[in-house]
Amino acid sequence: MPYDPSNPLQDRITDIGPKYFREFFPPVIEKNFGKWVYHEILEPGVLVHVAESGDEIYTVRVGGARLMSVELLREMAEIADKYCGGYLRFTTRNNIEFLVSDKAKVKPLVDDLKSRKFDGGSYKFPVGGTGSGITNIVHTQGWAHCHTPAIDASGVVKAVMDSLFDEFGSMRMPAPVRVSLACCLNMCGAVHCSDIAILGIHRKPPMIDGEWIDKLCELPLAIAACPTAAIKPAKTASGLKALEVNAERCMFCGNCYTMCAAMPLADEVGSGIAILVGGKLSNRISKPKFSKVVIPFIPNEPPRWPSTVDAVKKIVDVYAKDARKYERLGDWAERIGWERFFEKTEIPFTHHLIDDYRFAYTTWRQSTQFKF
Amino acid sequence: MGKHKTPMLDELENGPWPSFVSDIKQQVEKGKHILKDAPDDLLGVLEMSYEDKVTHWKHGGIVGVFGYGGGIIGRYCDQPQQFPGVAHFHTVRVNQPSSKYYTTKFLRELCDLWDRHGSGLTNMHGSTGDIVFLGTTTDHLEPLFYDMTHELNQDLGGSGSNLRTPECCLGMSRCEFACYDSQEACHQMTNAYQEELHRPAFPYKFKFKFDACPNGCVASIARSDMSVIGTWRDDIRINQEAVKAYVGGELKPNAGAHSSRDWGKFDIIAEVINLCPTNCMCWDGSKLEINNAECVRCMHCLNVMPRALRIGEDRGASILFGAKAPILEGAQMSTLTVPFMKMEPPFDELKELIEKVWDWWMEEGKNRERLGELIQRKSMQEFLRVIELEPDPRMVDEPRSNPYIFWKEEEVEGGWTRDIEVYRTKHPR
Repeated sequence: MPYDPSNPLQDRITDIGPKYFREFFPPVIEKNFGKWVYHEILEPGVLVHVAESGDEIYTVRVGGARLMSVELLREMAEIADKYCGGYLRFTTRNNIEFLVSDKAKVKPLVDDLKSRKFDGGSYKFPVGGTGSGITNIVHTQGWAHCHTPAIDASGVVKAVMDSLFDEFGSMRMPAPVRVSLACCLNMCGAVHCSDIAILGIHRKPPMIDGEWIDKLCELPLAIAACPTAAIKPAKTASGLKALEVNAERCMFCGNCYTMCAAMPLADEVGSGIAILVGGKLSNRISKPKFSKVVIPFIPNEPPRWPSTVDAVKKIVDVYAKDARKYERLGDWAERIGWERFFEKTEIPFTHHLIDDYRFAYTTWRQSTQFKF
Repeated sequence: MGKHKTPMLDELENGPWPSFVSDIKQQVEKGKHILKDAPDDLLGVLEMSYEDKVTHWKHGGIVGVFGYGGGIIGRYCDQPQQFPGVAHFHTVRVNQPSSKYYTTKFLRELCDLWDRHGSGLTNMHGSTGDIVFLGTTTDHLEPLFYDMTHELNQDLGGSGSNLRTPECCLGMSRCEFACYDSQEACHQMTNAYQEELHRPAFPYKFKFKFDACPNGCVASIARSDMSVIGTWRDDIRINQEAVKAYVGGELKPNAGAHSSRDWGKFDIIAEVINLCPTNCMCWDGSKLEINNAECVRCMHCLNVMPRALRIGEDRGASILFGAKAPILEGAQMSTLTVPFMKMEPPFDELKELIEKVWDWWMEEGKNRERLGELIQRKSMQEFLRVIELEPDPRMVDEPRSNPYIFWKEEEVEGGWTRDIEVYRTKHPR
């Protein structure tokens, strides 16, 4: 019996939650759950885990665009049926993992995956994303679905991954490099804690839709949404209740637009990309770190964002050449000093990079220790 | 061929990385989805954004299903005449299984369901973890939800000012570092708090994430208001023979993670002993020793020598609170609050803690104030009092340097009520 719109609460099922994950385990995983002894990365993209019982599970990791069609998902299902007994999973960075119990099937699977291409020529299932390489870019909705972005997500990610593609399928970095993208500074995802982060920012204050703002918005919420208190109540010439933005105090975060549809701020030339580097969230050797802004603005350049791609590539190349084994990008920058980071990467240091939000003092240098 | 010209997006079919444009085009051509024009019009509106360099989605959108206050993100195109296929383009968050294992049978059932009710496009997965069905119309929402719950025994995820969809690393299912069953904890907390997930009752959003060790594969310390991170409190187990095998070169350091480049022969002193953040290890050429009392369990030595070093056997988790992105008061990572808690189903101690935190935040939190901001506004001390924890030096990186210390009146002999005239008897004006 299908849904009956004339009686919407009839037969309604709620609060059942997700499927139980154990229903989806390959038998080898179920049998050896919690009894794994060690793992090895056999080649880029291929892992083996060995259990106390001696059982092995092979994992073949492939890149995914995250935004994907059900046709592509069905193709994955076909592949998993052929080689993996019908089991696969997705990672926390939106790669896909094919889980193989039969060692003899690993090579045929890898060969098959590498042979599959879209009509346009790109790989459907590039193998890699393991060890000290550059794995998938955690990213957001961009112009494909969101109303507050300053940049696109999927397009920028595709352009950057094309340029870093060799690093996805190899492991020659000093440590893993996590690249993330958020299309506005709500930072959905991991941008504030990534080795390299691509962040959408605006540079113009919001416009006020004066005839509509009091009809569409709870004005106090928009006022409270401002981190720098740049918004105050006002009246339009026609006497309607409205808001006013003190442009001198606005740093274009866009949070008022999130709260109030009558305050749009995206702009063809005003909006673009900031690059942050040096964040991490593992506790390995050093504590987790926030990423820091090193390039305050790069314009939006669809469809391939060449300036952004070049900037990311340059940072990766200098880091890969200069950093020590196991050193994350932020560990390296802190060891050599940020002055040296800017020199080596040839990134100009501008006033925008000096913190001026509240307790910014702790980020200035209270020391005579510096490098010429 | 699609009906819109997309010269800029076509450029993104080039290059080796999987092209989302090629994939959407393949859905346009081969897809059996019910909303025939949606993928094509999505490319059309996206191309328009590439020309204008500004999004073409209208602000906000409030849609949903009866009984729930969230789970679906409404979205409307601001050029509906030109792109009618995405005039409505709502996304549906579907609660994923812990750590995203699937059978092909279930994956196909999801695809079939989405073919019947949407655009055929997805995000696998949203940053919080959900399966994201990308793009449908309002009239499909209730039938989709009905079919999903009745046929697939599958619920929506969270959105709004509520408990969002919890997520975990893959934990004990396929990792030798897992210190507790992060998947089971994630699943049980998700089910225990279905009410809080589906019906927004909080000052703002709240997220749980479960990492089974400090490597942080699900990034809980950065991306969840409550971060549960596995650890142990006894000794690292050392297999001295395997250590020698690493030193001798039979075993590859870090399981071979650096093998595409020649970093020279493995040097246990340079790569392990000298990189240990507390210098609590020593290697005398034949035996590795660890002063476990001084170890902070950063995972480095285990990560480098996974076949020689294993986590301890007295396991549990550290619990940290308050991570958030910059809006409003600045980005925060979670702060260590409970150094160690045993983590066994049904996780009663964890639930008790969660509920104390929520009781406080739901009462005291301002509109759209994340837990991390409330802790900053009301103080860590206040937070510890309401969750009934004693202060512990492990909770700080360093003690305060300013002397602006609050004392409770009852802590001070004689209290605060004093008579200036009594003072003047000894100290004339």
